[in-house]
Amino acid sequence: MAEVMEFDMVVVGAGPGGSMTARDAARAGLDVLMIEKRQEIGTPVRCGEGIAKIWLDEVGIEPDSKWIALEVSGARIVAPNGQYVDLTEELAGNETGFVVHRDIFDRSLAEEAVRAGAKTMLKCSATSVIKDDRGFVVGVRAKQWGKEYELRAPVIIGADGFESQVGRWAGIDTKVKAKDVNTCLQYELVGIDIDKFYNEFHIGSMAPGGYVWIFNKSEDSANVGIGVNLGMVKQPGEVKQYLDRFIARQPRLSKGQNVETVAGAVSVGLPLESVTTDGLMLVGDAARMIDPLTGGGVSNACISGQVAARVAKEAHEAGDFSRAFFQRYEQGWRAKIEDQLYRNYIAKEKLLELSDDTINKIIDALQGYRIERITTADILRMVQERYPEIMNELADLL
Amino acid sequence: MRCGACVGTCPVNAMFLDEYQVTVNEDCIDCKLCTRTCPVGALAMVEG
Repeated sequence: MAEVMEFDMVVVGAGPGGSMTARDAARAGLDVLMIEKRQEIGTPVRCGEGIAKIWLDEVGIEPDSKWIALEVSGARIVAPNGQYVDLTEELAGNETGFVVHRDIFDRSLAEEAVRAGAKTMLKCSATSVIKDDRGFVVGVRAKQWGKEYELRAPVIIGADGFESQVGRWAGIDTKVKAKDVNTCLQYELVGIDIDKFYNEFHIGSMAPGGYVWIFNKSEDSANVGIGVNLGMVKQPGEVKQYLDRFIARQPRLSKGQNVETVAGAVSVGLPLESVTTDGLMLVGDAARMIDPLTGGGVSNACISGQVAARVAKEAHEAGDFSRAFFQRYEQGWRAKIEDQLYRNYIAKEKLLELSDDTINKIIDALQGYRIERITTADILRMVQERYPEIMNELADLL
Repeated sequence: MRCGACVGTCPVNAMFLDEYQVTVNEDCIDCKLCTRTCPVGALAMVEG
């Protein structure tokens, strides 16, 4: 017989999105439970660990030396021929600034949630959602230490990441097409040569439909990872082959040793049309809010979590937990991040089509410019001057 | 790796990840997308 427990809100998943939702809802006075299927929060890390600084203030996260591995000055975009341009922080904006220890970062956010009054249950797996006779989601069934629970609340938050089950159980169509998924592998290499002030992004056929990243964790170590578009993967294990080949070709990397292997998938499609249903809101990766160009998900998870917490509080005040009421959440998160998701989706789709030769020429055309503030139009103008013959390929970016 | 990538891409929601392993239930339609999703090639379809 399942034990029944009641709360104002139950959050499934204790990543950044879950913790932010739990923290802000608890601060607003709600009785919040956050459950996590793993026995500890923050591990295993499934992330390149590069984040921007600009959004931290907005969501009320104080940069803390305990989770900052390194502060970088910008992003180095490297063409297949090795030529590169450096984008300073203001321009690269979105996903550069800090390289973090995600395990400590996640733990720290969860601690903030707990200090705000949220409760946690670890090693606690949700197994299904509970619906009432109106079809509203009113809880989750869960298991912890072999014991079954019914965790009931009028607001359920699905913060269970890319492989979100909560959304699917609740009837939200979260299916994602192969072409909208990048499958990723990363090694933390120690004993390598890097310019610690620049995180590297290598684009071209070495990572079809994605890129290779080198996100620096110290003077001589970095997360070296790859994302490849699933639509372009032909054989099992191909992603590992691409990454191994990339590393083998560069003595500065191949002399290092791997101390941690990370794998995972990210969605690189457009955001879901709906991330709510009666009684339920999805936040972060579970809601497919990952940036399609960079694959970064932490900032959007936190931003959406904050909006979800506010709307949950308002729903409690209004006594209305319907999908119609949760449109406030849909409007809130879309106002903050949807434009960028669409813009970067279009940019990513364009990048998919470019040949190595074209990428080499674009990077070459940008040589000699100090890039701080730049628009797509500026880039196109520079390319036009040097390589008018590839303008046809880029025309639809105008 | 137990990274869950395959679970998230399964078009029929037939895959599940617990603490020890990935399991596939009877809804599997043999599309083999999971074998391509797995970045390290750890998944294989067994005939029959």
